[in-house]
Amino acid sequence: MFWRLVNGALFRQKGKMLMIAFTIALGASLATAMLNVMLDVGDKVNRELKTYGANINVIPKEASLLDDLYGVDEGSGVSDRYLQESEMGRLKTIFWAFNIVDFAPYLDAKIRMPESEDAIRLVGTWFANRLELPTGESLDTGIRNMKSWWTVDGEWLSDGDTDAAMVGRLLADRAGLSVGDRLSVSLGDKERNLTVKGIFDAGSEEDERVYVPLPIAQEMAGRAGLVTGVEVSALTTPDNELSRRAAQNPNSLSVKDWETWYCTAYVSAICYQIEEVLTDSVAKPIRQVAESEGAILEKTQLLMLLITVLSLAGAALGISNLVTASVMERSREIGLLKALGANNAPISWLVLTEILITGVIGGVIGYFVGLGFAQIIGQTVFDAAINIKPMVIPLVAILVFLVTLAGSIPSIRLLLSLRPAEVLHGR
Amino acid sequence: MSLLEIRGISKIYGNVNALRNVDMTVEQGEWLAVMGPSGSGKTTMMNIIGCMDKPSEGTVLLDGIDISTESARNLTSIRRDKIGLIFQQFHLINYLTALENVMVAQYYHSMPDEKEALQALDRVGLLARAKHLPSQLSGGEQQRVCIARALINYPMLVLADEPTGNLDEANEEIVLDIFRKLHEEGITIVVVTHDPEVAQEAQRTVILEHGRIARIVVNESGKGQEGE
Ligand SMILES: Nc1ncnc2c1ncn2[C@@H]1O[C@H](COP(=O)(O)OP(=O)(O)O)[C@@H](O)[C@H]1O
Ligand SMILES: [Mg+2]
Repeated sequence: MFWRLVNGALFRQKGKMLMIAFTIALGASLATAMLNVMLDVGDKVNRELKTYGANINVIPKEASLLDDLYGVDEGSGVSDRYLQESEMGRLKTIFWAFNIVDFAPYLDAKIRMPESEDAIRLVGTWFANRLELPTGESLDTGIRNMKSWWTVDGEWLSDGDTDAAMVGRLLADRAGLSVGDRLSVSLGDKERNLTVKGIFDAGSEEDERVYVPLPIAQEMAGRAGLVTGVEVSALTTPDNELSRRAAQNPNSLSVKDWETWYCTAYVSAICYQIEEVLTDSVAKPIRQVAESEGAILEKTQLLMLLITVLSLAGAALGISNLVTASVMERSREIGLLKALGANNAPISWLVLTEILITGVIGGVIGYFVGLGFAQIIGQTVFDAAINIKPMVIPLVAILVFLVTLAGSIPSIRLLLSLRPAEVLHGR
Repeated sequence: MSLLEIRGISKIYGNVNALRNVDMTVEQGEWLAVMGPSGSGKTTMMNIIGCMDKPSEGTVLLDGIDISTESARNLTSIRRDKIGLIFQQFHLINYLTALENVMVAQYYHSMPDEKEALQALDRVGLLARAKHLPSQLSGGEQQRVCIARALINYPMLVLADEPTGNLDEANEEIVLDIFRKLHEEGITIVVVTHDPEVAQEAQRTVILEHGRIARIVVNESGKGQEGE
């Protein structure tokens, strides 16, 4: 009988119910789109900003002192301070491990090519190295992800290549190299023949360098297991007064401030934590990038949240008008049910059930429309598909439920105050 | 004890005195008619007896319960258990069949029981139309569905506000016939009417004027008289 009544109301007030479903669908679609984009935007902004490369550079302690004193020394070639390659996995064990998106250790060396007098910079690094972490997980990390803006003729190297190299565009042009050519390089008395597997355009001084898998550089430089530094790409929170104080000297903070700082993804906190795990290391932010990364992320997410809240509030308002109108239209029928002995509770349930059914229909439609919106936003704003997050489904369901409920409050109040004597005699 | 005892009730709407100091009793099994010009307070009185409104002053005892002070919630359950309502405009739910309209009253009282609902329709001669929607029924038939619905939970008191006001003579006779049967079964009936012929069927007629009882007429010809 209950369902006959619900059914009757749904079908008889088809127009109104469709409007309610439409309103809810609109709200739900915006919420779905915004939540999906919001949850995915971390990855998106991150991918966008990787264009700027790593945002933290880690080097050995003494080397950094020299850097600080004399500026970056282009000519020093092989330094005599190193980090341990075997410690790299520890980067994924720090407090903010999850924010460490990618990293690549590198070993710099000066080499010579036969036809040229100039010293050329050889960089041994990871490309997409599979790393077994102390936590039991594994991770592919290296410059192939980090230098995503490089355009490569030919192929990227793989970490197992034993006689292959990638050459920067400027150097390749100058030396007349093209993909597939052989390239002979020497360091001291060691000489090695490499195949040019790829020529890359980085748009920076990297275009003057030769890149090889890390083991080749280590062998040529006679530095097995050692690296000159690590580039790290990390997601960070924008700096504030606290993080600036901490960056100067973490030990000057009170215990409580120190904890807050340590447990926030400030670039300085992440650097500090990196120094804790890599022996005798100094981690330095590449400041501007780190800041804008966090700031953009936060502002975009705030905007999305605002749109979500506004669209849901709008939906609640719209529903409340429509449901109130629907109850008013049926006041005689509701008065009759009261006269026949129905209490407020069962009648409220009746109306709520109708609205919730309508809400579910609208919510489901809205969800799928919202997935479409999310893709449109993804394409236009981030130039990439938005990954659909399953956790948005329960979120949207709860939001639609709450909005529908909130939107029904005025009509329920109207319904409670409805007196059968007044509506039935039609005064 | 009388089934209904009204003691000094008044009802004031703003500056309108719809009822002024009305006293009245209705005995168990009695058939009472209420007459009076439009605006004299008939509907107001029916609403108060029917637990849909409360008097501004005075007390109303229904089956020993003072319904002038009960909460709205209690009034609903008293109405559900003791009173059957018949309306001039029938007030059927237009997307439910005749049978379902009767069953709605069962649903909010206790539990829908199709067999019993069909019997109730049979009592008013509408078994064949059980599956029809109100829009497929004539006015007289709709009123009979309304009566079946009023009777389905075995009320001790049936209140009818101008039940024949919208009916032609033939249908009026059918409805009166049903009332006679109810009266024979011992159900107490209070019926508001403009029609002297309807009033004549009752044992007594209370005549209201300007919210007061002007007269009470005892009908010699009233059907109920035969038994007393
Ligand atoms: N809810 C109300 N608000 C204001 N005035 C009312 C209300 N109900 C009834 N009245 C007034 O009370 C008087 C009696 O009304 P009513 O009982 O409906 O008369 P009847 O049914 O005899 O025609 C009328 O003057 C009417 O206008
Ligand atoms: Mg009236």
